[in-house]
Amino acid sequence: MANQARGNVTINTDECKGCGLCVESCPPKVLHLRPELNQYGIHPAQYTGESCTGCGICFYCCPEPGAITVYRLDTKNVAREVANAAAV
Amino acid sequence: MRQLCKGNVAIVKAAITAGCRSYYGYPITPASEIAEYAALLIPQVGGTFLQAESEVAAINMVYGASSAGQRVMTGSSGPGLSLMQEGISYLAGAELPAVVVDVVRGGPGLGNIAPEQSDYFAVVKGGGHGNYRNIVLAPASVQDMYELTILAFELADKYRNPAVILTDGFVGQMMEPLEIEEREVKQPEKPWAVKGTAETRKNLITSIQLSADQLELHVRHLEAKYKECEKNEARYETYMADDAEILLVGYGIVSRVLRSTVDIARQHGMKLGLFRPISLWPYPSKALADTAKKCSKVMVVELSTGQMLEDVKLALNGTKPVDFYSRVGGNVPSAEEVHAEIFARMEALV
Amino acid sequence: MSEYQVAQQKSPVFYDRYFRKDELQHQTHYCPGCGHGVAHKLIGEALAELGLQDRAIIVSPVGCSVFAYYYFDTGNVQAAHGRAPAVATALRRSNPESIVVSYQGDGDLAAIGTAEIIHAANRGENITVIFINNSIYGMTGGQMAPTTLIGQTSTTSPWGRRANNEGFPIHMAELLSALEAPVYIERVSLGDNKNILKARKAVRKALELQKQGAGFSMVEILSPCPTILKMDPVVARKFVNETLTKQFPLGVFRDRKPEITVVNPPQRSVAEVLGIKKETATAEEKAARKAFTHDVTMKIAGFGGQGVLLMGQLIAEMGMREHMEVSWLPSYGPEMRSGSAHCHVTLSHERIGSPLITKPQVLVAMNEISLRKFAPQMAQGGLILYNRDKVPEDFTLEGARVVCVPASEIADQIGSAKVANVVMLGALLEETECLPVETAWGVIKSFVKNEKLLAFNKEALEAGRKYVDEKVLVGACCQPDGCGY
Repeated sequence: MANQARGNVTINTDECKGCGLCVESCPPKVLHLRPELNQYGIHPAQYTGESCTGCGICFYCCPEPGAITVYRLDTKNVAREVANAAAV
Repeated sequence: MRQLCKGNVAIVKAAITAGCRSYYGYPITPASEIAEYAALLIPQVGGTFLQAESEVAAINMVYGASSAGQRVMTGSSGPGLSLMQEGISYLAGAELPAVVVDVVRGGPGLGNIAPEQSDYFAVVKGGGHGNYRNIVLAPASVQDMYELTILAFELADKYRNPAVILTDGFVGQMMEPLEIEEREVKQPEKPWAVKGTAETRKNLITSIQLSADQLELHVRHLEAKYKECEKNEARYETYMADDAEILLVGYGIVSRVLRSTVDIARQHGMKLGLFRPISLWPYPSKALADTAKKCSKVMVVELSTGQMLEDVKLALNGTKPVDFYSRVGGNVPSAEEVHAEIFARMEALV
Repeated sequence: MSEYQVAQQKSPVFYDRYFRKDELQHQTHYCPGCGHGVAHKLIGEALAELGLQDRAIIVSPVGCSVFAYYYFDTGNVQAAHGRAPAVATALRRSNPESIVVSYQGDGDLAAIGTAEIIHAANRGENITVIFINNSIYGMTGGQMAPTTLIGQTSTTSPWGRRANNEGFPIHMAELLSALEAPVYIERVSLGDNKNILKARKAVRKALELQKQGAGFSMVEILSPCPTILKMDPVVARKFVNETLTKQFPLGVFRDRKPEITVVNPPQRSVAEVLGIKKETATAEEKAARKAFTHDVTMKIAGFGGQGVLLMGQLIAEMGMREHMEVSWLPSYGPEMRSGSAHCHVTLSHERIGSPLITKPQVLVAMNEISLRKFAPQMAQGGLILYNRDKVPEDFTLEGARVVCVPASEIADQIGSAKVANVVMLGALLEETECLPVETAWGVIKSFVKNEKLLAFNKEALEAGRKYVDEKVLVGACCQPDGCGY
């Protein structure tokens, strides 16, 4: 089994509008639009399930207040690491 | 003890008496003393006076202060009132109480600064957009300016609606004795206000109701409120009306002139009486119809080309002939002039 | 396996569900990829982190964000188009502990509400303005905004914005930075990851400044509008970053506190401010005083600056102190000095009808023009007090007496031309006996604070009385020859 990813991300398909900004923004490119349509008839974003760094960029790029929740194993240095990720 | 006071100043003193500590306005002749005295007096009792950049801004500041639960006032004259109409519509739509003073001057356009009653339609019929009403009170003396302004605050709060003091350059500019006593003012609780506190966090002030059903519901709610107001708040006074053959109808400064006309006419054996609406909305229609029952003719005198005239005709509903005399442009008829006019018209009939 | 902890999640400043529409309670009404949602999140996060949720009031504008109140679990006030800064001004002043955010779009802030934003900024209102600049009108369907770029097409600039027709895009951050009062103005962009985080910082800083009571702050946010610009959300974001930022450079335009000298007005009791005094006279005393007065209607006319309005006020004040009904009605005009002025004064024992006097019993004519203008209006048996030693040669009048009192000359002799009106007042009281003269003196004392001027006034009042007493025959009517008979 691979090392546990530093971060995790969940996407609420009730809230996601499938704009794709999180997919575009994700530094490690671990998000994609799901091929299947949801109840609204759009392709919601989805985490591939691997290698999320928990950087939080997707959270800030997402226009929906509650569509994305980002998790981390270690939340001590969240602010700095978000900034670092954005600088990439 | 009485004090000699200008009409416009009495309005500010009434506001302070009523617990108003917020004034947002823009100067305009002949209403400027309201802003000037508000600027002088309200900050001395811990209140806020702000001269806005325009009447548009002023009425929206009134909207903000009222949203925050304040008793708030602004004052202006015709051209400024035209600019405020948008905001007044919003106040009514959002059910915000506020007192607006219109010291009417000559119009249309820039007109002049002399007294007229030509804003009746704009104020009484609601010059802004949508289904709403202003509560409108028309003082005729300096003491009236004081009492009716206090009443305006009370009615505005009671019905959560703008209330307008519709007066004119003469009543605004004249000085008369004013009797003031310190009064205990009871301001109603405003649990709906948005104050930036935990208790008021869930509150929302808005006038937008996007769905047709929602807006209809809201407009019906306002309508019911206005009906209630019509039932309770019509005010008027009469003078020698009981045995009058001709009933004169006039409000504000004109009612003062007509009172003198009644005296002069009665000295000449002509039985005139006076009906003076104090509230222009709700209009005292029923009282007018009742008062007019015994007279043979009603004569409306206005400083407009016939605006309140329509409400008189509606109230009488064809039961009495309605005659009309007016002066405009800032000319105010004298009591003698009105008397002579009535006399001449009677002669013409013979 | 280690447990994950939440690092970023929906701010508690947002409602759990949005009750705008029955079927869409989990989503905002914004289009996919719209910048408003991001801006909302930045505000929500900052309010939560600064502990301001309870104190916050969001003023939502007219535009796409009109429904911001469905999302923010804060105090909410929805304003008319462009007026949010005026509404915010009064909200903040009414409750100084509140934190007020004026959230506005480019049509709202930079077109219809230009006056309101400039003056709120100029007054240094302690509010935070979040200005969403997406270069186009969104809600109404793609009309030109004041920030629309040159050449950019919209439904109302079908050939692209033309400088020769619509002028240039307006730069609000720069414009407001020309003012003295604002404490913080920054333009940020939602064009890429890095800039979104800069925007996050800016929003937080602006709110922090408001929390400190620092003054006016504005963050202009360049924001994507994919739907109206007919762009994919990703492309729209690039458009913000690569095109909008060229026209609207990012950066901090203002970050300093202005020097403000605080001046507080004196505080007085309501009774003091209203001039409330206890009534001391009993009903009997009042009635007794009234016996020394009688009804009169008068017109006082002259040249502006001759003190005719003041003279009328003095008489009205005297009548009131003698417990009469009184009214004073000025001719009012834009002229403060010069021009003609007159006032109507009524003293009565009964309720006064019309304050407008068209047949005065007394006319005080301080100059010839007033004499000629108003003398024909006189009531039968009326009295004219004329400010000369004789009437003009061609002047004739029936039915009224003219008493000539050269008040201006007398005043000059006393040493102050200003007191001519008081000379006339003295003459008027002596001739008409409508009010006791000691009341006049009492009133003058409360009107005139300057000692020297008060002395002149005293002399003037006496001189006027004496002139009538000594020089004018009882029942006299002055003739052009100066003789009275």
